Amino acid sequence: MRATFRIWRGDKEKGAFRDYPTEVSEGMVVLDAVHRVQAEQASDLAVRWNCKAGKCGSCSAEINGKPKLMCMTRLDSIDLSQPVTVEPIKAFPLIRDLVTDVSWNYRVKKAIKPFKPRPPDAPDGTWRMDQREVDRVQEFRKCIECFLCQDVCHILRDHHLHDEFTGPRFLLYNAALEMHPLDTEDRLKDLKDRDGVGYCNITRCCTKVCPEHITITENAIIPLKERVVDRFYDPITRLLRVFR
Amino acid sequence: MLVIGAGGAGLRAAIEASAAGVKVGLLCKSLLGKAHTVMAEGGMAAALANVDDRDSWKVHFADTMRGGQYVNNWRMAELHAKEAPDRVRELEAWGALFDRTADGRILQRNFGGHKYPRLAHVGDRTGLEMIRTLQDHGIHRGLDVHMEFTVVALLHDGPRIAGAFGYDRERGRFRIFKAKATVLATGGLGRAYRITSNSWEGTGDGHALAYRAGAELIDMEFIQFHPTGMVWPPSVQGILVTEGVRGEGGVLRNSEGRRFMFDDIPENYRSQTADNPEEGWRYTQGDKNARRPPELLTRDHVARCIMREIKAGRGSPHGGVFLDIAWIKERISNAPEHIRKKLPSMYHQFKELAGIDITATPMEVGPTTHYVMGGIRVDSDTQMSTLPGLFAAGECAAGINGANRLGGNSLSDLLVFGKRAGEYAAAFAKSNGTVNVDEREVETAAARSLEPFERGNATENPFKVQHDLQDMMQDLVGIVRVEDEMQRALTGLDGLNRRAAVVGVTGHREYNTGWHAAQDLGNLLLVSEAITRSAIERKESRGGHFRSDFPDKDPAFGTFNIVVRGGSDGTMQVSRASVPPMPAELKQVIEENK
Repeated sequence: MRATFRIWRGDKEKGAFRDYPTEVSEGMVVLDAVHRVQAEQASDLAVRWNCKAGKCGSCSAEINGKPKLMCMTRLDSIDLSQPVTVEPIKAFPLIRDLVTDVSWNYRVKKAIKPFKPRPPDAPDGTWRMDQREVDRVQEFRKCIECFLCQDVCHILRDHHLHDEFTGPRFLLYNAALEMHPLDTEDRLKDLKDRDGVGYCNITRCCTKVCPEHITITENAIIPLKERVVDRFYDPITRLLRVFR
Repeated sequence: MLVIGAGGAGLRAAIEASAAGVKVGLLCKSLLGKAHTVMAEGGMAAALANVDDRDSWKVHFADTMRGGQYVNNWRMAELHAKEAPDRVRELEAWGALFDRTADGRILQRNFGGHKYPRLAHVGDRTGLEMIRTLQDHGIHRGLDVHMEFTVVALLHDGPRIAGAFGYDRERGRFRIFKAKATVLATGGLGRAYRITSNSWEGTGDGHALAYRAGAELIDMEFIQFHPTGMVWPPSVQGILVTEGVRGEGGVLRNSEGRRFMFDDIPENYRSQTADNPEEGWRYTQGDKNARRPPELLTRDHVARCIMREIKAGRGSPHGGVFLDIAWIKERISNAPEHIRKKLPSMYHQFKELAGIDITATPMEVGPTTHYVMGGIRVDSDTQMSTLPGLFAAGECAAGINGANRLGGNSLSDLLVFGKRAGEYAAAFAKSNGTVNVDEREVETAAARSLEPFERGNATENPFKVQHDLQDMMQDLVGIVRVEDEMQRALTGLDGLNRRAAVVGVTGHREYNTGWHAAQDLGNLLLVSEAITRSAIERKESRGGHFRSDFPDKDPAFGTFNIVVRGGSDGTMQVSRASVPPMPAELKQVIEENK
């Protein structure tokens, strides 16, 4: 069977979609088709990928307009009677073809205060934690840093507020640190002032595109918003602050 | 100093060296945090004795040596068993969140070849937890990180290694990294085979860089074919199915429904292995008086048993065998929920890629190229290679695993020897003077790497040559080897080398994947030759190396490792090096744990 892949080719200055008809077979994913195009028709087609098993989060792209991992999108889930569009994610600057410059994410992470554990619980330097308190944070730590949540978030994608808002990925990262059973650091002021947790208006787009099915909005962002509100906007606390 | 590779070993080395006060450059082949370590599933082996207090470094050491068929470097196996618990606890102090025991300590699970439950884990995504913990700790340690960088050659100052030369893939700009000490932590070479669990990075880069720079490689004939990779649909063939499935009670069956692993239990494991399904089940559920089921024998053996069933016509519809975890619903009430909790990635992977619900239906699995036991020959304590100033750690180094690696020993190996490589490389950098870079060496490497552009589109396609190499290695130097096929592989390699010499690419240097593939191709061809020549030299079967023309283990071959290095005439030289003699007290430890 043949299908046509309409792939974005270009760099920062200029580019266009180009059609690549190619052979497809049972069980193939979009990344397989892109690789076949690369091997047979366009050896310089730039695409970033590593594991091809949904574990590394490298091959993020927009397939028929939807943010997805190319390696986890099966062709039998797509209408192949029409050309399949494959284009780079939009929240970050394009390098070339399907590859974008995601270095901003690495800079943002570095600015977040690192993990700071409480003193060990046992004389041998180890800690004791209940599985139930670990469960919540383990969900957040499933994140593979594919940045699809960043791509779909309108605050970054449409409003380009990269200087004022860290995006769902790093609110989730903050949540994983803040709710870590051993952590003693305080990141609430940074969340309010620098990370822009207030910008999120809970449209849940990030949760919907997460390939790891992490409930980013409800389990991570909303609790952080509540903590920030409790600390900085609680009327009684504010009143007490005035009289202090 | 310079660290090449940013998986578990490279990150751990960089962190250690930085803590020693040395300025560290870290070169990543991909983006930071995406290295192949991320795909490790089952866990990291360390004798913490949290789940079974009979465990100790001695039992772990004896298990590792038995699994490696006693051609391991005993000192590395000893250091690994002794130091792994501290390395795991250190990860917890840096923020890793392992699954917990009922009393709140790090939980450990069963795995093939380990006598007691020993693998600290996070569901079936332990590698992700490990690399993220190291990454997030490392970025606050002042490392100078260069992402998506391809190393073309190591540089020399006389016999000493003086750093590396390569290009950033985004712009294709060349760059020289001058370093007083260099650590290779580049992982494996599974991409030399068609069916592999390895990501695109596993092209034997460190092996090839070290070899070309004059270092020795050992044990290259020992490739681990993991018994359980996905076999269907074709496009996912080779993707790993964690041994944790079997650790949690999953069983292997043939098309007749028979648990064929009971049919062939090797003599040296008989006393430790259950002889009936009931006992095997009790073992997986934590019964300390039960012995482990034969599904948890070492990977080399399980892979061969699966091949035997397939070849005898008792395989599954798509050419594998059945791995069944769904059956545990006969034994426990909340089985589907339990499976999803213990094996979330596997559930997800089969659901999304094969349309199969593993809580209801058996999986189809077959062997996949997974790991190379062989690699750069290093000093056991310092991890320095045979070249001054060049260190190696993790999969690209050799010694600890001998002829076969136990599952779970890789993640702990990365930490134990990553740390050691970082520590001793930093000490080397401090105690040795500055290095000079030889401009001619740089110019030669630059010119060679640009040749594919000069040839353009008219010649060979690098992707095509790589595919043909993978097919050939799979067919002729795979799980079951025989002399005449391997000789044919050598002839085939000659032809592929000639084709590789004329590969061409089009376009410019910015993020040109065809160009990158052309660089990888040279490395893959080199390691494929090393594998084939070493495999021809070892005329016996041991661990991951099985020859149908010499199907038995030969004690005479248990006394040496096979070494390859480049000769002065440019050809590959194969020789033998005696396995270092083990001290009496460690022999005693092995006897006690027989």
